[in-house]
Amino acid sequence: MTTTAEPPSLSTPESIGGIGHSRRRVEDDRFVQGAGHYVDDIVLPGMLYMAILRAPMAHAKIVSIDTTEAAALPGVVAVVTGDLLAQHKLAWMPTLSGDTEAVLATDKVRFQGQEVAAVVAEDPYVAWDALDLIDVTYEQLTPVVTPQQALAPGAPLIRDDKEGQTDNRCYSWESGDKAATDAAFAQADVVVSLDTHYPRSHPSPLETCGCVADVNPATGQATIYMTSQAPHVHRTLFAIVAGLPEQNIRIVSPDIGGGFGNKVPIYPGYVVATAASLLIGRPVKWVETRTENLISTGFARDYHMHGELALTRDGKMLGLRVNMVSDNGAFMADAQPTKFRAGLFHIVTGSYDLPAAHVVTEGAYTNKAPGGVAYRCSFRVTEASYLIERLVQNAAYELGIDPAELRLRNFIKPEQFPYTSATGFVYDSGNYGVGLQKALDTVGYDELRNEQQRARADGRLIGIGIASFTEVVGAGNHKDFDIAGIKMFDSAELRVHPTGKAILKLGVKSQGQGHETTFAQIVANELGIPAGDITVQEGDTDNTPYGLGTYASRSTPVGGAATAVIARKLRDKAKLVAAHLLEAAPEDLDWEPGRFHVRGAPDRSVTIQDVAFAAYTNPPEGVEAGLEGVHYYDPPNMTYPFGSYVVVVEIDPQTGQWHVRRMVALDDCGVRINPMIVEGQIHGGLTEGYAMSSMQFITFDEDGNCIGSNFMDYLIPTAWETPRFELLETVTPSPHHPIGAKGIGESATVGSPAAYVNAVIDALAHLGVRNIDMPVTPARVWAALQAVSSGSGRG
Amino acid sequence: MQISVTVNGAVHTNDVEPRVLLTDYLRRILGLTGTHMGCDTTSCGVCTVLLDGTPVKSCTVFAVQANGRSITTVEGLRQDGALSAVQRGFKQEHGLQCGFCTPAMMLVGTALLERNPDPSEDDVRWAISGNLCRCTGYMNIIKAIQWAANERRTAEGLPEQRTVSLDQPQEVTA
Repeated sequence: MTTTAEPPSLSTPESIGGIGHSRRRVEDDRFVQGAGHYVDDIVLPGMLYMAILRAPMAHAKIVSIDTTEAAALPGVVAVVTGDLLAQHKLAWMPTLSGDTEAVLATDKVRFQGQEVAAVVAEDPYVAWDALDLIDVTYEQLTPVVTPQQALAPGAPLIRDDKEGQTDNRCYSWESGDKAATDAAFAQADVVVSLDTHYPRSHPSPLETCGCVADVNPATGQATIYMTSQAPHVHRTLFAIVAGLPEQNIRIVSPDIGGGFGNKVPIYPGYVVATAASLLIGRPVKWVETRTENLISTGFARDYHMHGELALTRDGKMLGLRVNMVSDNGAFMADAQPTKFRAGLFHIVTGSYDLPAAHVVTEGAYTNKAPGGVAYRCSFRVTEASYLIERLVQNAAYELGIDPAELRLRNFIKPEQFPYTSATGFVYDSGNYGVGLQKALDTVGYDELRNEQQRARADGRLIGIGIASFTEVVGAGNHKDFDIAGIKMFDSAELRVHPTGKAILKLGVKSQGQGHETTFAQIVANELGIPAGDITVQEGDTDNTPYGLGTYASRSTPVGGAATAVIARKLRDKAKLVAAHLLEAAPEDLDWEPGRFHVRGAPDRSVTIQDVAFAAYTNPPEGVEAGLEGVHYYDPPNMTYPFGSYVVVVEIDPQTGQWHVRRMVALDDCGVRINPMIVEGQIHGGLTEGYAMSSMQFITFDEDGNCIGSNFMDYLIPTAWETPRFELLETVTPSPHHPIGAKGIGESATVGSPAAYVNAVIDALAHLGVRNIDMPVTPARVWAALQAVSSGSGRG
Repeated sequence: MQISVTVNGAVHTNDVEPRVLLTDYLRRILGLTGTHMGCDTTSCGVCTVLLDGTPVKSCTVFAVQANGRSITTVEGLRQDGALSAVQRGFKQEHGLQCGFCTPAMMLVGTALLERNPDPSEDDVRWAISGNLCRCTGYMNIIKAIQWAANERRTAEGLPEQRTVSLDQPQEVTA
């Protein structure tokens, strides 16, 4: 695949608005008028409100729960406990990664914030009042707060509910070739190692999670409005958990106020609200508070990583060794393909031609919130990208080779694609050197290095950080990827109406990505119907074809491919109708956007709108009437977006405060459907990368109390701190994707944390500092500076 | 307790419990769901409304405190039956993605332009710094508000905005 510095020329005029047009978003019309329709905006007749009582401590036996007083409070309709759910076999539920999770605790609580009981009341304030009247007696158990504690011999057993579970191990898994890697290390001149913790973070979309469950006792029909990134999978899981017939369950995922992976899992609150609605016979709304969101729903990361990179003296990379221990909390409640227990973390060889690699991973249960969701990340690519980019930067210091130069020497070369990595990925296309060089030229790299030298002489600390990441996104294929056994394909149903207008129904679900705009552009590109004549629907399981949902940057790679393929199938059928109208043979027709004409006679033509009308009013003999169809796309491979980010920081040596002077981000996500939306996605990801590298983390005290349970303790950057970004692009299409697109929603979150941290480390590298764990707070930078100035060596 | 509040120009008289938050009053009692709830601790700002023209976080105001006062929510931003310049700016400059913070951001932007018709990048960054956004990284929100400033200035026959383009590689002073 060739790489171009500029986007390909447009194949449709603006009036059609196909691929490549920065079409303004159609969904904005409702959002800017406050007419978005989120879960908490839904009000149904007779609706009740639910609030959840949560465990005040991390590990404790439940001795008793007394709900008498709460149940007697005027306005309270029901108090639900785990014992009540157990009578209906609903006290436990399966997770999306093959584990089980308590819905309401019956035996003991395993993390602070765990769901213990729920109150359903006529008024939300009354429901909250009643929580204070529930009397729970706990017998405290020893909390296990770190994976190191959890895996130590004799550690208290957290998951005593699981048959056969004798320790706190939740998985172990390896990838790559140990013998080949050992051999590579034996030949190495230099081995660089790094121990770093990718801290626990939380996606915290501004809309918290919630649902309105409406089970009709007369019909048995259950409609559940839910903050769901994967409504179809959730419907199937609901059918399995609740034992309801799947055709009677309708999940509606309305407008979603951000997801970032947080709205992939099924949460106990959804199940309790549904059970309560079933038992009471009225709709029940549950919307969590921010604190509940932060302390109990899907966190991300918490990977303790050890990496070793083997190189020759002149900077040739020979091998990579990685040991990783993940802290999964009390339940393995993420969504993970069955085959890959640590997700796609084994993409840790990154953008480099590494002949040998061996990755050993292990997960631990701890008395912390469950999850380990991939926060704006394709199944743990973020952690992998961070580790390799930090290692490479440190290797450059060790070898005395410029960090940019070391990367350029070791990149997988354009002619090596498709490239099979040492851990088994087949990279589809890439051109890493061109991208990095463009970013370096834009930032003025050589001059910056000179400035850095001059600044050091003046006692100023300037750092230049680079990250050249490669992602793997767009799961499946179906052979390797599943969620809870359901294969990872995705779907699109396209209905072209007689008047030439169309509805596209998708198995994916936007949480802000702009699908209503971009997916219409794909159809417009393929069929020549103006994008404004195409309505996109998603999120309602009764009204859309089955799909796996939106996360892991899979909407465009999979749902977008399904859309292009079904549009092409309809175009093939349209050609038969057009041939009939033009009284010509189909093979004698040529296609131009929106029109068929007889080859050599451009005046003998019919528009796609004429053809659509004829498909219903005048179909040819032997051709089925109508112009509608559905396609389920099983991708032949993942897609591999990549990019190079360069960050320039200056550190105040007195305070450790660091300040981003420049952030130059080059992204190559293949063909861009809507450049404006792509750039918006990159801005968002660069901000979240900055957040994780500088301030965002969920931490715990030694008793397992969550520190970071609100936005005053869990810091999210405001406009004041957030840097300004400069975006660049190259275009290397995916060779196997129908429109050459790769997915962009997560690239910047994956790639940028290492760039920011590398910049801070680069500012301190001459002092011997090689690591500061994220978040790189001023206090940690200051401590590192103190350590080197007091002569205690490397930070 | 009986209160009388002017919301988007219309007077509403209701009997509310003293503990009811202004957010809940607007959302549940008046059905104005364009005002959102994001953190209930005055941190995220998605509940922002204008109280007598000044942005306040309505999760930290009791409904009774609004008695006798005037409130503007996102539902009241339209002017003369058309989208306001700020509303159009957010669409034009792609200043929103999931839309959850958008009503609050637009209200803060509207209030800013009332007191400063020609805000610099830093002016806008400071004005919206009480409002979190998880999707956009703020740059396009700043552009959206500056786009609206230009629209308003053009409508009033004032010269083009002095503010430099955000697309220029210029170092941030924030």
